[in-house]
Amino acid sequence: MDYIINITTAILKGSVNTLQLYFVVVLFSVPLGAAIALGKLSKSKWIQRAVGIYTWVFRGTPLLLQLFFVYYGVPILLRNIGAATGMPLSVSIKPFAAAVITFSINYAAYMAEIFRAGIESIDKGQYEAAKVLGMNYWQTMTRIIIPQTIRRVLPPTCNEAITLVKDTALVAAIAMPDLLRAAKEAVTRDFTITPFIIAAAVYLVFTSVVVVVFGKLEKKYSIYE
Amino acid sequence: MIMIKAEHIYKKFGTLEVLQDVSLEVHKGEVISVIGPSGSGKSTLLRCLNHLEKINKGSIQIEGSYIAGEDAHGKKLSIIKKELSITEKEIRLTCKKIGMVFQNFHLFPHKTVLQNIIEAPMTVNKMSKAEAIKEAELLLQKVGLLDKRDVYPSQISGGQKQRVAIARALAMNPDIMLFDEPTSALDPELVGEVLTVIKELAKDHMTMVVVTHEMAFAREVSDRVVFMDQGQIIEDASPQKLFTDPDHPRIKTFLEKMI
Ligand SMILES: Nc1ncnc2c1ncn2[C@@H]1O[C@H](COP(=O)(O)OP(=O)(O)OP(=O)(O)O)[C@@H](O)[C@H]1O
Ligand SMILES: [Mg+2]
Repeated sequence: MDYIINITTAILKGSVNTLQLYFVVVLFSVPLGAAIALGKLSKSKWIQRAVGIYTWVFRGTPLLLQLFFVYYGVPILLRNIGAATGMPLSVSIKPFAAAVITFSINYAAYMAEIFRAGIESIDKGQYEAAKVLGMNYWQTMTRIIIPQTIRRVLPPTCNEAITLVKDTALVAAIAMPDLLRAAKEAVTRDFTITPFIIAAAVYLVFTSVVVVVFGKLEKKYSIYE
Repeated sequence: MIMIKAEHIYKKFGTLEVLQDVSLEVHKGEVISVIGPSGSGKSTLLRCLNHLEKINKGSIQIEGSYIAGEDAHGKKLSIIKKELSITEKEIRLTCKKIGMVFQNFHLFPHKTVLQNIIEAPMTVNKMSKAEAIKEAELLLQKVGLLDKRDVYPSQISGGQKQRVAIARALAMNPDIMLFDEPTSALDPELVGEVLTVIKELAKDHMTMVVVTHEMAFAREVSDRVVFMDQGQIIEDASPQKLFTDPDHPRIKTFLEKMI
């Protein structure tokens, strides 16, 4: 029993890192995704093309590769640039920072697609109604279109939110201490699978909380239907 | 005073000529009905008048300000593919004098009846919430829906929705109201309540252009009736003349089919 408590404590300590990463990524990727979605719907061909390449790259390559690239690749790149230009550029990036950057950029690409589809699903008549009332683009988006979009993007966003819980486990690959790593260390040390089972339970709690929260949000945003 | 002056306007969708040399003048307090067969360009004309569509040729003035066309100095204004010398902002300012009511209401579904009405006065005109609510309640009283103040559009009938849409447009204090088949999406028993509201507006001397299939209504309230066919106004006359003795034989055939 004591063993289980000890292991669980260690795993929960690892979970703190996982949770921090999770919330920081949500904080960055949602607004970034929204901005990119507006870019996709922009009238400017250049903006469209730029954000098109962005989502193409980040949705089309493995997240793990992107993580390696930021953590191992970027410092090498900077060192090479430094060597070529004679400037002493040497950076080392912390695993947590690398994870935040990579996950935020990657998830923003997915969120952008969801937001774009959500915005495009709003009837053209809503834009026209806002326009004939004298509202400008910004007022129309913030007061009329985006509030209606929220309800429609909640279900696909919930899927992403669940996937993100599980994707945080990839940070093991850049040696960041997290929930899964705490469990794996205990397994290799003690030759027992109990830590894995505990880790699975903790992940299940996380994803269940996400589902419940989104369920509540959906209810809140469907009062007008 | 001339409220709307459209001169020789042309509008194409791709290669389809939808409006061909259409001219229309609407004076203050006039009620104009626009009738004609489906696809004749009635909606498009209305949408050009408040800049929901850009015209290809011709000019449109609202209360003396150009929103499209060439001004007195021959400068091109907001014509497709021509250089803009009038900004979208100026056009929007002029078009604020025009209210519009759509066939399918286009109420904001995420806002209550009251919120639908106070939205534009608050965000566009920066009116205080208290004042906006006060005016909205007066308008709701006028259209007979004060008791629906706090419900969402999904909870009211089509006729009620259209009356809210009218109140929403009136909340911006327009000088001109455009109606595009305001009763065509309604069950027959709900048509009357909407027409009653429009008739009230006519009594208050609101300047209005109404696209409609309700011939009795057009005959009763209009000062002039405009008949459109294949992108052209083929007759613009008093209701008496147009409904009893139109110059154009095609109008006779159309009216016989309608009644
Ligand atoms: N956005 C558009 N793109 C392409 N064609 C269009 C568009 N809007 C209208 N049209 C075409 O222009 C013509 C005139 O349409 P409009 O809607 O003005 O007719 P209408 O007189 O209002 O007809 P109805 O009585 O059916 O409403 C039609 O042939 C229609 O198909
Ligand atoms: Mg029409």
